Amino acid sequence: MQDTLTDAQICQPENMVYCRTALMTQAPLSYCPGCGHGTAHRLIMEVIEEMKMQANTIGVAPVGCSVLAYDFLDIDMQQAAHGRAPAVATGIKRLYPDKFVFTYQGDGDLAAIGTGETIHACNRGENITIFFVNNGIYGMTGGQMAPTTLPGMKTATSPFGRDTETMGHPLKITELIANLPGTYFVSRQSVHTPANVRKAKKAIEKAIQYQKLNKGLNFVEIVSNCNSGWKMTPLESNKWMEENMFPFYPLGDIKVPK
Amino acid sequence: MKEIRLMKGNEAIAEGVIRAGCDGYFGYPITPQSEVLEYLMANKTKERTGMIVLQAESEIASIHMVYGGAASGKRVMTSSSSPGISLMQEGISFMAGTELPCLLLNVVRGGPGLGTIQPSQSDYFQAVKGGGHGDYKMIVLAPASVQEMYDFAKLGFELAFKHRIQVMVLSDGAIGQMMEKVELDEQVPRWTDEEIVKLHPWSTTGKTPDRERNIITSLDLNPVKQEIINRNLQKKFKHIEETEVRFERIMCDDAEYLFVAYGSSARICQKAVSLGRAKGIKVGLLRPITLFPYPSKELEKLAKQVKGMLSVEMSAGQMVEDVRLSVNGAVPVEHYGRLGGIIPAPDEVLNVLEEKFIKENLLCKTH
Repeated sequence: MQDTLTDAQICQPENMVYCRTALMTQAPLSYCPGCGHGTAHRLIMEVIEEMKMQANTIGVAPVGCSVLAYDFLDIDMQQAAHGRAPAVATGIKRLYPDKFVFTYQGDGDLAAIGTGETIHACNRGENITIFFVNNGIYGMTGGQMAPTTLPGMKTATSPFGRDTETMGHPLKITELIANLPGTYFVSRQSVHTPANVRKAKKAIEKAIQYQKLNKGLNFVEIVSNCNSGWKMTPLESNKWMEENMFPFYPLGDIKVPK
Repeated sequence: MKEIRLMKGNEAIAEGVIRAGCDGYFGYPITPQSEVLEYLMANKTKERTGMIVLQAESEIASIHMVYGGAASGKRVMTSSSSPGISLMQEGISFMAGTELPCLLLNVVRGGPGLGTIQPSQSDYFQAVKGGGHGDYKMIVLAPASVQEMYDFAKLGFELAFKHRIQVMVLSDGAIGQMMEKVELDEQVPRWTDEEIVKLHPWSTTGKTPDRERNIITSLDLNPVKQEIINRNLQKKFKHIEETEVRFERIMCDDAEYLFVAYGSSARICQKAVSLGRAKGIKVGLLRPITLFPYPSKELEKLAKQVKGMLSVEMSAGQMVEDVRLSVNGAVPVEHYGRLGGIIPAPDEVLNVLEEKFIKENLLCKTH
């Protein structure tokens, strides 16, 4: 019978299939186990690393679960007030047109309190990139109803389910901004399976690459889970996301350059 | 020879920021200061100095564009009038928390609410005591002429970067709209990106291998650290109080009575001083130029000399609180204010001074 391999024998460069992206810091992620934010962070940093853009990148963090994004991303970053990231990014990009400027925002930040800033940055065709993580809930504040919460979905502030008659309808902001002449590339992805991660990375690559063309705003939505806020296990939440979120927020490119 | 032009106050500060090497202006139209954005647009600043001018969708967006630019080490500014400045308080507080330098202009109109478009000084508390949430101060400069509107552009940027603080030029509709002669000076070159990296090593300009990443944030959830952050801020404000006080003394040397007034009110009081002197009343004017830091020590000194002080403001009595704090009961301090956009006349304020201090004293003597 063959001896089992020791850890040291396994951990050889030729056996490496996965490692921490160099542009992710050593800080442990503050996200709940099973949450999509970590994967979304890594994908963006992976692309920035592959494109050798660290010295040329300025990121803007939102208010929400990813308020501390700058703890994890090894790039220069600014933390914006709630919803104002697209305005902050506009200020940076207008003064540094050759830098890569992006915002990373959640649905409460981008589609509720920051709707004005989002729509006008998109409509002006600011040459920035927006990464939008949509999990249909306010995660950080403890699971309240978000602008993207699905009809009937239970949250801390819609304990009997979102009643669209009194609480309004979920906002498909991505479709809305895709209709604006200032957006160049708009895509909706997810990061809950390896296949989806690969597709999401492609979209992120495009959204970063296209900024160099100065053709307008590039936007990638990542539909994600919030197992804590949805009160499910990570696996259950991914299944629930496929069955409920994706029919309402269908994945794929929404606006592609001609 | 110096270049001299006849300009509106709003135009003068716009020309001032271009010549001070401003990199970016972000603003939203509001009366009575829309000429600032109009002047900048008409002057094709992009071609002239490379300065970016952008009309934002709101005052909220404007101030956060300023935040983004300031956090990247650029000389940036916005301007507005009272209701718009109220909307900007969120961004100003965030800039206070992150110690970002910027220039803000408030061409004050009467409030509360939509109020009026006429001049007022009713935003003194908001500007001087910290307007937004949290413990913070801005440097507040109060121009009393079109020339000072121009001069305070350059001075404002210098102070902002010297102390990493927000500088507000607290003007009013009268100073913004009136025309006077202005002496212009030479163009200050805008900083190059390389200069910014050297001058402002804290700014987010892209992480290079020779340094750690730069983070601009006002968040620290650890109360011990947050208290240290706040203590350091207070230390900075204290230092500014000790080093940056500016004021003008007009006929103060032998004064028995004193007007205390800034901005438009100071112009009115300056005339009232001449009228009073012609009548044989020994009256002077102390004009605070910085409202924060406030010339408290100068007032404390004058309190030993004069019999009474009259704070004249186009408000219900805001600065008068700082005058009273400064003299700490050493001398009677009265307030006279007009509200809702009404500018008092020089003889009107002189009459009040006589009524409050001189006639009363005469009555006392006769009894």
